[in-house]
Amino acid sequence: MDFSVNSPILYIMVGIIIAVVLAQSVFFLVRALKRAKELGIAGTTIKKTITSSAVFTIAPAIAVLVGVVALSKSLGIPLPWLRLSVIGSITYETVAAGNALEALGQSAGTTITDPKIYVTVLWVMTLGIAASLVLAPLVTKKIQGGMTKIGLKDKKWSEIFNNAMFLGMISAFLGYVFCDVTYIGKGFLQGLTPVCVMAVSAVVMAVLGLLATKLKIRWLTDYALPISLIVGMASAILFTDIFGGYEITAQMLSEVAK
Amino acid sequence: MKKNMSYMDSVHRYGKIWGLSICAILFAFPLLVCIIFSCVPDWAALAKGLLATLPMYWAVGIVEVFTYVPMLGAGGTYLSFVTGNISNLKLPCAIDAMERANVKASSEEGEVISTISIAVSSIVTTLIILVGVILIIPLTPILESPVLEPAFSMILPALFGGLAVVFISKNLKLSILPILLMLVLFIFVPALNAGTVGIMVPVGVLFTVGVARIMYKKGML
Repeated sequence: MDFSVNSPILYIMVGIIIAVVLAQSVFFLVRALKRAKELGIAGTTIKKTITSSAVFTIAPAIAVLVGVVALSKSLGIPLPWLRLSVIGSITYETVAAGNALEALGQSAGTTITDPKIYVTVLWVMTLGIAASLVLAPLVTKKIQGGMTKIGLKDKKWSEIFNNAMFLGMISAFLGYVFCDVTYIGKGFLQGLTPVCVMAVSAVVMAVLGLLATKLKIRWLTDYALPISLIVGMASAILFTDIFGGYEITAQMLSEVAK
Repeated sequence: MKKNMSYMDSVHRYGKIWGLSICAILFAFPLLVCIIFSCVPDWAALAKGLLATLPMYWAVGIVEVFTYVPMLGAGGTYLSFVTGNISNLKLPCAIDAMERANVKASSEEGEVISTISIAVSSIVTTLIILVGVILIIPLTPILESPVLEPAFSMILPALFGGLAVVFISKNLKLSILPILLMLVLFIFVPALNAGTVGIMVPVGVLFTVGVARIMYKKGML
């Protein structure tokens, strides 16, 4: 068959894989909803979880879409569509594709016309991300079992343990926000942009939290995170205007994520 | 309690089946592409590309499984490691949902809420990307507009600013040391940047859990 990065057969195969992945989410969603009912979790809590998760997802999902557009220039649409809907984050996929293209002596901006090059890139991207994909189904039960044991042994510690994990992850990302402030001394004010964006988002979150409790506006807490996210993102446009464009945008688009 | 066990067991059983099946399909895809277009990879370039990609990403991938499983819960893990974008989307989404529903990640209620939240998030992401792919021609100028570009590139600071407020205000004492450590590391170690923050997540988690353990033993928490 004649090769093209946008060949209909590629669309069909990718469409099928994405449908399977979608089916997995629906399968687990239905079972969790049923279980939630059995556990006696309030219907309103479930409803709020669904709507605010959906609303929260919109902005980050559009950022992922930006990655599809960027990669589609050399790889066509089906492959980036697959890689970014199923596993894959923009940073990882861009780096993996870049490594493969570099090894092939192909420049990243031009559309691939040789199927040999296409499958080489495809294999690098597929194998590169395989570790956690294979490992997660195999070890999750064991790790989860260990967590349950801690919970049974000492309930209070188990709670603190949980909070400590979340806090540890958040602190790593807070540190990352400051990673370029050292350049400020050298006249590169761009390093201030992520710091200011974070500050705006934090202030919005704090104000919304206060309003919600003081004025008893319950729905505000449900959408506080998406609102602070969007306001923070919008403020980035302003701060970039003030401090200048960011040099390492491609890298920062999304971090190792996956 | 018996019922409780059986739900968790079924999550693990189906998680394994779905996870490994999807693995198989994802590996079958490049194979099929090779067969359909009757070609083989450029082996030398493949080896070179893998050498540049594998060591780093496999190491990060393995560490991520052990770091994120306890936070995501079982159902959340089986979904997240297939649909991806964990730290920039799925995990914050689940954390926020559990926080608002007032359930603990280690409880079965937490497990259920986290699964619902991540499943919804995965479905919405897939649909948004689907719509985007269908409308890619009219959407490209908007998505690539230089005016909007900073908004998309600053998604992590915008996300973690809000999330940090919630968790720091709840765990003020515990948060001081980890944040100080991470600030010092990221500001003074030039190698730590957007590309390496993934490695620092487990470091932050282990350190914070260690600090929490000491503070808990001393009765400070």
